[in-house]
Amino acid sequence: MILPKIRVLCSHGRQAIPDLDAVELTSEFRGRPSLTATDDTSALREAAAVCPTGALSAEPFALDLGRCLFCGECARRAPRNIRFTNDYRIGSPTREGLILRPGDTHVPFDPASVRPEIRRYFRQALQLREVCAGGDASVEMELGATGNVNFDFGRFGVGFTASPRHADGVAVSGPVTANMAEALEICYDAVAEPKVLIACGTEACSGGLFAESRAVDRTFFERHRVDLWLPGAPMHPMIFIDGIRTLLGHKERTAPQRK
Amino acid sequence: MNYFVTDNTSGAVRLSDIPELSYGEFYDDLAAKLSDERYHVAHYFALPDDRRMRFFCLLLDDAAGQVLVTSHAMEYYEDTALPSLTALHPQMHPFERDIAERYGIRFDGMPWPKPLRFPFDRYDRRSSMDNYPFYTMEGGSLHEVNVGPIHAGVIEPGAFRFICNGEQVLHLEIALGYQHRGVEAAFAATDNRLRQVCLSETVAGDSAVTHATAFTEALAKLAGRAYPEQLVRERTLALELERMAMQIADTGALSMDVGYQLGQVACEALRTMTINTTQAWCGNRFAKGLIRPLGTDHPLTAEKASMIRRNVAEIARRYDEVRHDLKSSPTVLARFEQCGIVPRDEMRRIGGVGQAARASGLQRDIRASHPWGIYASELRHEPIVKRHGDVMARLMMRCREVLQSAGYIDRMLAASEELLAGGSAVLPAPDYAAPLAPDSLAFGLVEGWRGETCHAVVTDAEGRIAACRVKDPSLHNWMALALAVRSEGISDFPICNKSFNLSYCGHDL
Repeated sequence: MILPKIRVLCSHGRQAIPDLDAVELTSEFRGRPSLTATDDTSALREAAAVCPTGALSAEPFALDLGRCLFCGECARRAPRNIRFTNDYRIGSPTREGLILRPGDTHVPFDPASVRPEIRRYFRQALQLREVCAGGDASVEMELGATGNVNFDFGRFGVGFTASPRHADGVAVSGPVTANMAEALEICYDAVAEPKVLIACGTEACSGGLFAESRAVDRTFFERHRVDLWLPGAPMHPMIFIDGIRTLLGHKERTAPQRK
Repeated sequence: MNYFVTDNTSGAVRLSDIPELSYGEFYDDLAAKLSDERYHVAHYFALPDDRRMRFFCLLLDDAAGQVLVTSHAMEYYEDTALPSLTALHPQMHPFERDIAERYGIRFDGMPWPKPLRFPFDRYDRRSSMDNYPFYTMEGGSLHEVNVGPIHAGVIEPGAFRFICNGEQVLHLEIALGYQHRGVEAAFAATDNRLRQVCLSETVAGDSAVTHATAFTEALAKLAGRAYPEQLVRERTLALELERMAMQIADTGALSMDVGYQLGQVACEALRTMTINTTQAWCGNRFAKGLIRPLGTDHPLTAEKASMIRRNVAEIARRYDEVRHDLKSSPTVLARFEQCGIVPRDEMRRIGGVGQAARASGLQRDIRASHPWGIYASELRHEPIVKRHGDVMARLMMRCREVLQSAGYIDRMLAASEELLAGGSAVLPAPDYAAPLAPDSLAFGLVEGWRGETCHAVVTDAEGRIAACRVKDPSLHNWMALALAVRSEGISDFPICNKSFNLSYCGHDL
């Protein structure tokens, strides 16, 4: 009975990523887009017309990551204007920070935009209550993956807890359905101050494909200030890990990093 | 003829070719047919059509591999109650509940007249999440346990109400709808075909390939076009990769719930490896962006094919070691065996589909009964069927399916090796502008990792998509979970739940 276990362990080996800050994702990964303005905007206008969530605007030229599904269609229609890089450092402390313009080399992360009490209280450990409010299970699975054997985000004291009473904040995924709005509000209220609020995934940031849906009620975000916006469809675990570590002051985001 | 007879590989059906029966004929015929195990209903939905309601039904004949399409109609404001089919065949309950909830149609004698998902455009606005009519029992020794809508883990919301006698569960009722986003309305509200495909990918994010395949299969039928063979192979490969990833994830989740940590962490690592393989192919770990109508943006190259082949072989080898260890750990088996049993006959009556049905000895697998693409030609799929219907059977189902899928992937890549090495496989780019047949109905019928998934797409006179009606296998199988926990200890609920791993958003839409 011990032999099969030894076999599994031998094959399993060591799985944890040694340095989470040094992770580089595959070149196929669609992360932060790099935008280049051209005189001829015909391709760009065509790309903006097909954008499934209206994240791309041609005039003025800007791409809102908070609405972007990272489907990559605009880069195929306007390859001279838009190119997706594999940069996963796309979390922002402000909603405006997610709007990229030509020439932007990174998603800005100004420490001054972070409420000072966040770093004072939660730098050593941050336990979150996750609330899925219309998420399609992909963001939720990626959030779960941040604690798995590969990413092991628990090594920095960051994890998820069942009771809001034990939590330092709330992570929201999904566009916030009307049927879930009240439960989300109750859960957020149950977390003691000071607390953080994190929007996980494009649907949480803007509603995504459901921004205009009558089944969605996003007034929660009008009442409460979000401390960290994390786009992605779904949000890759590294987007979450990088965003939280930058929010807590474990690392800084400086321009420009890599191509 | 009471039915228009078609199959899963034929083209779209003109709405005028679908017979329109009186409800009496429809009722009598379906009541008789559903007594026979070879038939089950894949989809039954109502659509407002001018001043009428037209009800469409897709009936699957597993023995003949046929899809029988029929309909009945009534005046929009007609106020007669229809005799309920659910009273005879419980498998009809989610469909009749959906129709009643949306349009206020009354079904006479419906034994379980409850809300289904509280859609924003529901008929009765007084009915809301807060007043779901839970079943109650009286008795001094009974108590109720409410769980949800927010669960302990990082998962989707749904409310579970248990009625217990001590630790023993007498009854579980599952109230869903918290995840309702208005997916079906969003399909019809846009002409942007890319947006529609993205919507299909988000019906259930863990089944992005399944739902996008179902939707794009329906689109291809409406466009009257076929996919090139190599593209069919690559789409099937994505479907089987998704199956592997999720079955491995569930093996890990079940291991976690019984404290079998070695199985849990080994499966976590293997799932990471599987979805990273998908990411290296198409840039997204859940394969969003991979399945597109009539073409692809991510054709396989020789390098990617050999990378996938190498990784899948390694995953299968290591997963088989975990499976071996799991089966030689008596403390693990003691928790899974004889727990959460759904007998075959109950599974059949509630219309269970997919892996959960197969674990109860009911052979429901679209890949075998209604094969499409290369399941019909190259793969000749033989479903894995277990007999016991307990948590262990559902777990062993997963173990075998992972290895079976790995074998299929290897065969598909071997078959395309020559083509890719020669660099001759030029696959078309997606076509978002293909004109669709007007006034027609087409369905995409796909066996995803959870089970039978169906998208029924109806076009209007201009060839616009007037409605897309989505059915996730969870719609049938939530009832199976409710039955599985009856007379079990309430502490076994988590492993029963994980052994099904049903979709909340796929159900709520």
